[in-house]
Amino acid sequence: MSKPLATTRSATGIPTGRLAVWWVLASEVVIFGGLLASYLMHRVGHPEWAEAAAATNTWIGAFNTFVLLTSSFTAVLAHQAAERGDGKKAARFLTYTIGGAATFIGVKSFEWATEIGHGFTITSNGFWSFYYTAAGLHALHVIAGAIIMGFVARDAARNRELHRVELIGIYWHFVDVVWIFLFPLLYIAK
Amino acid sequence: MERLIQQASSFAGSIDGVILLVTALAGAWLLLSEGFFFWLLWRFRARPGVKTQYLDGSEKHVKKWINIPHGLVLVCDLFIIVAAIRVWVDVKQNLPEAQATIRVVGQQWGWVFQQPGADNQLDTADDILTTDDLYVEQGKTYHFQLQSRDVIHSFSVPVFRLKQDAIPGRTITGWFEPTRTGTFDIQCAEICGIGHGVMGGRIHVQDSTEHAEWVASNTPVATQ
Amino acid sequence: MATTHDAHADHGPQGILKYLWSTDHKVIAQQYLWTGVAMAIIGGFMAYVFRMQLAFPGVAVPGFGVVSPGEYNALVTNHGTIMIFWVAMPVLIAAFGNFLIPLMIGADDMVFPRINRLSYQIFLLSAILILASQVVEGGGFGGAWTAYPPLSSMAEYNLTPLGSTLWVVAVGLEFVAFLLGGINFITTLMNARAPGMKAYDIPIVCWMIVMASILFMLSVGPLIAGAVMLVFDQTIGTGFFNPAMGGDPILWQHLFWFFGHPEVYVVLLPSIGVVVEIVATFARKKLFGYRLLLWTAIVIGVLSFFVWAHHQFIAGIDPRMANIFTVTTLLISIPIAELFFVVFATLYGGSIRFTTPMLWALAFIATFIIGGMTGIYLGSSGADIYLHDTYFVLAHFHYTFFPITIIGGFAAFTYWFPKMFGKMMDERLGKIHFWGTVIPFNFIFIPLFILGLGGQHRRIYNFQNFPELAAMQPVRVLATTAMLVMMGFQIFFFWNLIKTFRKGPPAGKNPWQSNTLEWTTDSPPPHGNWPADRMPKVYRGPYEYGHPDRDEDFWPQDLPPARGA
Repeated sequence: MSKPLATTRSATGIPTGRLAVWWVLASEVVIFGGLLASYLMHRVGHPEWAEAAAATNTWIGAFNTFVLLTSSFTAVLAHQAAERGDGKKAARFLTYTIGGAATFIGVKSFEWATEIGHGFTITSNGFWSFYYTAAGLHALHVIAGAIIMGFVARDAARNRELHRVELIGIYWHFVDVVWIFLFPLLYIAK
Repeated sequence: MERLIQQASSFAGSIDGVILLVTALAGAWLLLSEGFFFWLLWRFRARPGVKTQYLDGSEKHVKKWINIPHGLVLVCDLFIIVAAIRVWVDVKQNLPEAQATIRVVGQQWGWVFQQPGADNQLDTADDILTTDDLYVEQGKTYHFQLQSRDVIHSFSVPVFRLKQDAIPGRTITGWFEPTRTGTFDIQCAEICGIGHGVMGGRIHVQDSTEHAEWVASNTPVATQ
Repeated sequence: MATTHDAHADHGPQGILKYLWSTDHKVIAQQYLWTGVAMAIIGGFMAYVFRMQLAFPGVAVPGFGVVSPGEYNALVTNHGTIMIFWVAMPVLIAAFGNFLIPLMIGADDMVFPRINRLSYQIFLLSAILILASQVVEGGGFGGAWTAYPPLSSMAEYNLTPLGSTLWVVAVGLEFVAFLLGGINFITTLMNARAPGMKAYDIPIVCWMIVMASILFMLSVGPLIAGAVMLVFDQTIGTGFFNPAMGGDPILWQHLFWFFGHPEVYVVLLPSIGVVVEIVATFARKKLFGYRLLLWTAIVIGVLSFFVWAHHQFIAGIDPRMANIFTVTTLLISIPIAELFFVVFATLYGGSIRFTTPMLWALAFIATFIIGGMTGIYLGSSGADIYLHDTYFVLAHFHYTFFPITIIGGFAAFTYWFPKMFGKMMDERLGKIHFWGTVIPFNFIFIPLFILGLGGQHRRIYNFQNFPELAAMQPVRVLATTAMLVMMGFQIFFFWNLIKTFRKGPPAGKNPWQSNTLEWTTDSPPPHGNWPADRMPKVYRGPYEYGHPDRDEDFWPQDLPPARGA
């Protein structure tokens, strides 16, 4: 269906789609912020959690951080291509980002399978409850973002809706930033 | 307030005092603002031939009627803040020296009270355990150690104006000093399941003679 | 412009599909509106049942039967939950936000119509889930709308495992629906305005709905996190809120009230916005202090993030924290009072017509003042030691929520009905309904203030269990009787609706002679709101009533200035 006239207007001068993504991110920041603040307060009150935290695999965490950062980089390259009107190239870089997402999820699945195999489940203790909840919520956002990115890439390959490449890129950077907070909290603070 | 419910503790009067202060100040504002509001409706009702005034919000003679009440509301708030905090500090932050300490345990759905026996020490063999009925002595300053066995409950004695939530996993200490003899309601003041409404208790404030008799006749037999 | 013709040529789904699949903001508005009305009837029925139980304990309630303690708890829990999340928010924010914002800013729809449709679909699902939670095995959740763990997190305590989890999921989905809806309100207001409409030409109600959406979006996050944690505690045995597993029940309280307090302003602001529109129109007077009002609303929004622990004074938080929250809570009374002073200043010098919408708007003012004042008692920590969890709290929040939701809701409904449906409601029936609602309302809740001062606590199914409280039974019967009277008078509203839908007189474009843009198009507005080549342009603010340069006492926003002026 065609878009309403309203969608084409821009009284503030900022494209509407970009405004929308920033507002979405604002609400997401508060969700993750609330979760992480709760975790921090608990962690401060439970020094024994450091023992549990020692069992997380910092190398895997670091690898996944590298994967996400690289995927953000390819998202930037996709945006640059879209700005130049090169939809096919933008779609290709977005596909690399989706590949990064898939790698991230794959590595995490392996990581969690190992941890569960060692008996560290979500109900083991408070630390692990937060670990799986926070990383899980983040992973859900990675998956959802990758799916949406797939649709954007498919349109971009046909040189359609190229402005959406920037928008999904902004969202992806946010997913990255959340992980930048999670990584030290869950993997480094031991 | 006393006409609605008695005051039976040393701090009940000061809590009622805050309520009365708010009633006086907020009540005055209520009457003033409602009165002014209804006057406006009458004074500026539509009448044929009368045009409305065109005010754009910069008119000082109207703005002062916003700014002055603004300032007055602030002053009233400050009075109330000071009064409220003083009472709060007295009841919840300060802990006067205890003449006796009791333990109050809430559970689904009743109260267990543990009182020191004649030795006035909790957790000794002569402690008296009661359920739903608490016996205390008029004029004595009590500390209570409040606990919960399961969910959040709240220990409240309206005639004392006393209330404190009981949190599982914690012991919370408070105090009271009964000033009037009699038997009064204890209510649980935090929803705790289907039995919340039957979790009432009774507090019996006795004079020193009666209370000593009660302690003597309820002390566990083995220690007598 | 070829694209604008395209936009209006596609008329969207027709026939029955229109009601399920339309992306037109006006259709979505009505979906939210009628869902909200249906939920209000259900929530109201719940109040009927439990107030009958309180007045006549143990007696079978007509239409329900004998009320067990567990059922009583489920009724009070879901009455509150439904009224806030499935009546107040959908009616005031989603229904009127959807209907009004594009029309009042001169746009043809919201900027993201398909996300708009999705938000309603998720909302409808959440409504179905909350109703389902009442009838599943074990019964509906009965741990109060505040859902404090461990009662809410452990089935061995609440005895309603299915109901409890469905309840949390329903509320969580409602949050998602409103997050999605809010994106549309905010971006549409920011970007899709008619040419010439500057920020200070936007009608106040639009600002208020958008500010409410922003406030909601910034405050609900921690509670979403908390809801996830609660569902995990309920279903897979984590111990976020279980002291035995190292968790903390008070954490939930902080997460809940950090949202819970701004939430009350999320519903207050749109209601005030509605009142402002109606007062300006029917006092024929320019709003006094437009910018003052906006800044006051922003200050209220910001301050609302710093008062939440006044709900937790005696909850076991550090007592020293309580002092901070007494200060912030009492200070927030100042900008709220300011809102009312601005309305007073607007009435001053006006020419007031007492139409049905105006009566509702004025009743909002008169009753909310009482609600606001009684909040002072509860914000004063020393007094709250006694008043916490008593009927005084209940009466306070009904003197705020009822004006916001019911009085403000009827104000908005009766005012914009002509635009929505193209017909004029019957004024006489409207006025009977009005008085029959507002007068009994006071006789329900003033008695409850007295019961609360007398030490009566909340969420108790039978006060005959408490010797000192039993004697106040006549007061309870009075409150219940007043409620029955008030509910009876709602018949006049439905009678008015039916009568008007069948043969109400046509409304025309602008029956109230108002300035704002929605009144410049047909009633009801066509798909696209205005013909594509005649979208409005704006030349002035929305409240130019009684301007000395005009013969008429109103000056619509879209009238070009007279030549040579």
